[in-house]
Amino acid sequence: MHHKTIAELAACLRRGEFTSTDLTRRYLARIECLDPHLNSYISVDPEGALAAAGRADVRLGRGEGGPLTGIPIAHKDIFCTQGIKTSCGSRMLDSFIAPYNATVVERLEQAGALVLGKTNMDEFAMGSSNETSFYGPVRNPWDVRRVPGGSSGGSAAAVAARLCAAATGTDTGGSIRQPASFCGVTGIKPTYGRVSRYGMIAYGSSLDQGGVIARTAEDCALILQAMAGFDPRDSTSVERPVPDYSAGLDTDIVGLCIGVPEEWLGTGLDPGVSAVVTAALTRFEAMGARVEQIRLPHSPLCVAGYYVIAMSEASSNLARYDGVRFGHRCRDPADLTDLYRRSRAEGFGTEVKRRIMIGTYALSAGYYDAYYLKAQKIRRLIADDFRRAFEQVDVIMGPVAPTPAFPLGAKIDDPVRMYLGDIYTLSLNLAGLPGMSIPAGFSADLPVGLQLIGDYWDETRLLAIAHQWQQTTDWHRTAPDFEP
Amino acid sequence: MLLDRTDVEKIAQLARLAVSDPEKEGYAVDLSKILDLVEQMNGVNTDRVTPLAHPLDMVQRLRPDEPTEPDQRDLFQRIAPAIKEGLYLVPKVIE
Amino acid sequence: MQWETVIGLEIHTQLATKSKIFSGAPTDFGAVPNTRACAVDLGLPGVLPVLNEEAVTLAVRFGKAIEAEIAERSIFARKNYFYPDLPKGYQISQYELPVVGKGRVRILLDDGAIKEIGVTRAHLEEDAGKSLHEDFHGLTGIDLNRAGTPLLEIVSEPDMRSPEEAVAYARKIHRIVRWIGVSDGNMQEGSFRVDANVSVRPQGEAKLGTRTEIKNINSFRFLERAIRFEVERQIDVIEGGGQVVQETRLYDADQGETRSMRTKEEANDYRYFPDPDLLPLVIDADFIERATQVMPELPDARRRRFRDQYGLSDYDADLLTLSRELGDYYERVAQDTGDPKLAANWVNGELAAALNKAGLEIGASPVSAPMLAGLIKRIQDRTISGKLAKQVFEAIWNGEGDADAVIAARGLKQITDAGAIEAVIEDILATNPAQVEQYRGGKEKVFGFFVGQVMQATKGKANPQQVNALLKEKLRA
Repeated sequence: MHHKTIAELAACLRRGEFTSTDLTRRYLARIECLDPHLNSYISVDPEGALAAAGRADVRLGRGEGGPLTGIPIAHKDIFCTQGIKTSCGSRMLDSFIAPYNATVVERLEQAGALVLGKTNMDEFAMGSSNETSFYGPVRNPWDVRRVPGGSSGGSAAAVAARLCAAATGTDTGGSIRQPASFCGVTGIKPTYGRVSRYGMIAYGSSLDQGGVIARTAEDCALILQAMAGFDPRDSTSVERPVPDYSAGLDTDIVGLCIGVPEEWLGTGLDPGVSAVVTAALTRFEAMGARVEQIRLPHSPLCVAGYYVIAMSEASSNLARYDGVRFGHRCRDPADLTDLYRRSRAEGFGTEVKRRIMIGTYALSAGYYDAYYLKAQKIRRLIADDFRRAFEQVDVIMGPVAPTPAFPLGAKIDDPVRMYLGDIYTLSLNLAGLPGMSIPAGFSADLPVGLQLIGDYWDETRLLAIAHQWQQTTDWHRTAPDFEP
Repeated sequence: MLLDRTDVEKIAQLARLAVSDPEKEGYAVDLSKILDLVEQMNGVNTDRVTPLAHPLDMVQRLRPDEPTEPDQRDLFQRIAPAIKEGLYLVPKVIE
Repeated sequence: MQWETVIGLEIHTQLATKSKIFSGAPTDFGAVPNTRACAVDLGLPGVLPVLNEEAVTLAVRFGKAIEAEIAERSIFARKNYFYPDLPKGYQISQYELPVVGKGRVRILLDDGAIKEIGVTRAHLEEDAGKSLHEDFHGLTGIDLNRAGTPLLEIVSEPDMRSPEEAVAYARKIHRIVRWIGVSDGNMQEGSFRVDANVSVRPQGEAKLGTRTEIKNINSFRFLERAIRFEVERQIDVIEGGGQVVQETRLYDADQGETRSMRTKEEANDYRYFPDPDLLPLVIDADFIERATQVMPELPDARRRRFRDQYGLSDYDADLLTLSRELGDYYERVAQDTGDPKLAANWVNGELAAALNKAGLEIGASPVSAPMLAGLIKRIQDRTISGKLAKQVFEAIWNGEGDADAVIAARGLKQITDAGAIEAVIEDILATNPAQVEQYRGGKEKVFGFFVGQVMQATKGKANPQQVNALLKEKLRA
């Protein structure tokens, strides 16, 4: 049951083969049994999930409901859920029960999906390995001594280990794509502005975007369909109709022109990953596509540009965590300054504090031009590179990360080394483009994802390419041998 | 670009983060390394480049002036650390 | 040493919108603490700002009223600092590109001259909450109802050279914002706040002296006093060999002095940067057109019109255009009665005195414009004398009804029947032969005695002009 995709589950539920309650119980049992070894969930809500499953079953019994009715999913713990704790992976919000639902949560609930719980994540989405969470690291179900990737590590691990049918994630610098790649699952980060950020706890506001991690492109299309669309509560949300993603999946890719950035195939790329990517491109050619080399000359600057912008915005976004209206408050503050300083020092982990400090520094008097403004200019150059590339090709492909999942603890003490691992994913966030990671092979028994980058609003095409790929390959069907 | 303990203290105060003495060294080193990475940006001349603040070429939408939010004080204050008579309590603010 | 004072004013005025600038919470004043602060105002995790159209409209209207440029494209920026009444840890404001650019305002100086004061800019921002320092066992209570209320920050050029000029400017801005409905400008409720930047320099010196910023000024009177005090203080410091420290000072109305605010360890570095949750505000000609379509006639234009159209004196015109409501009221009375001068006398005379005494604004006047016009018409048609009209006015003010009702109830109808008046006069002359002798003997002052007697006998109702004429006639004989 838990190996079925959402599309398959929906069909079974409609046919009455099993009920949503059966399915939910199965997932809850698996979570209870397996998650202690993975730590992919921060909160599980059996009562709420089963109650929702019951309601879904009533609707299904009446022949009502849509493609997501009764489907158990999980939300990255960055989305506010009324009544269930939303911690953002941080001690700062360990006691925070949101008094409202994020728009994404509302929409998926309206679409009939039910929530099993909240998945683990790097603290405040700051990380690429899910090792910075207050609730402990998440382990990769393919090899529990390794990281699942981050910051949506919990979501990716849970999907890979079949602890939910799909999970929402967020991607600011690769946080959906990279964990999807490390865990052998499918993830999509839509165009900036496609999915509402209301209720999605902010990290880097001009970069953050909500998306989904599931096992197939078809499933991603179903979830994204419900999530996407204009939200009047979000000024950066775009008033643009949402196409029928599922209807577009069968678009044939013969004649597709694929661009591969020459800057991305150089040194620093693990040979195993390189081999998977090359083989994938060959396969696409066999499917009728054309592969061309393109240039993204400014992409090496993406790490510096991204981190300045993200950290600057984050330093301001996290100023609201001060122990006054919600969240962690230190004991017996001596005065106001002490309240702030200690509540924040105790509430935030080391990586978060580092980024707040860099961001504060970058925006401070005398440094704004050299850092923030300069980074915005780099951003323009990178966006222009992509614009030019898309005049030449239909889609861009390449690696997601330089290596497969690395061991726990390998990079956590070396922030710069950790940041450099994001080199292939960051550019896209700076430009606001949509991207996916799809399972494309293995390197030393660890999953390797292929990154797809589309032009603005080209989610339909990306999903179609991924879907076609998944019709002729089996990587996405492989499950980790994880039954301790 | 090298940051020292004093720089860390100043930044920490601006950001309202308590940093203990032993931690200051560690942060100074980490932050300096990150700033070195960021220096890479200076490898390219951007004098004629317009900053891109937002990936979208959009303008701000305007909302009609209607009060739509009801009083939910109880709901919001349920999660507050310290409340008295409906007010959020903080250590005395001296002006 | 001759000193020159240089003053610039920063005025924060709350905009008269129904909801907040970035959220849909209501903006009504005086509500129970924290019942007007929604999730967005509280800065809860995940919330986002959406801009209130009316706030922009009002800002544009103000900009047009001060002949300023309206920015086609303006940006919202975050001003970052920590304070308990600032929930997000930053205030959404505007920094490099404000919505309103350079403008100007004309003030009337005491000697009748007109001076132009420049406005550097005006921008939109959100207000913070309030700290209540009542003793909660050594703690402070925070009320966030006000957080998110739209503000327009109006920054003047340092063009003022005296406390009087500063007050005139502040009053002018106050009048304008109330006039065009941009703000209710209530200084007591905090919807109109004035901060003064004050410096001194030797007469003739081009370079500006070090300036201090004075806050906590709650009235125009205090504004004048605060500036005056600060100027003296600065001169004292400099003449005593010291240097003025650039700082923020609070005005203490009780002591009549400015005091240095407890200085923070480091100057605030606000780390302004464009708010990534908001996009550039673009205002086109259509928007400006719609925003200003409903602009009422502005004070200066109205003042000129009252002088020209109604033949009023500068003094009268000035008083009648102090507020839009007062001018509207006056015009109604002037048009109803057809006698603008008489109307002006009454509005600026009896009515103004009664309003002042009762501490009321024109909007709360118990004597409405039609009622006052009604009273004046009874003077015009000689039903009552001007003198008695004052009594009637008082009666109307006290709620005894309109002019006709009062005149009837109190039997105040003027006696204009010549025969009746003659009869009374004859009676008085007959009973006061000694005074008649005196008058006819040349003592002209006695005339007043007779007038008084006639008025007494007729309970003031005899038409004075007729009394005078008939008395003169009778006494001649």
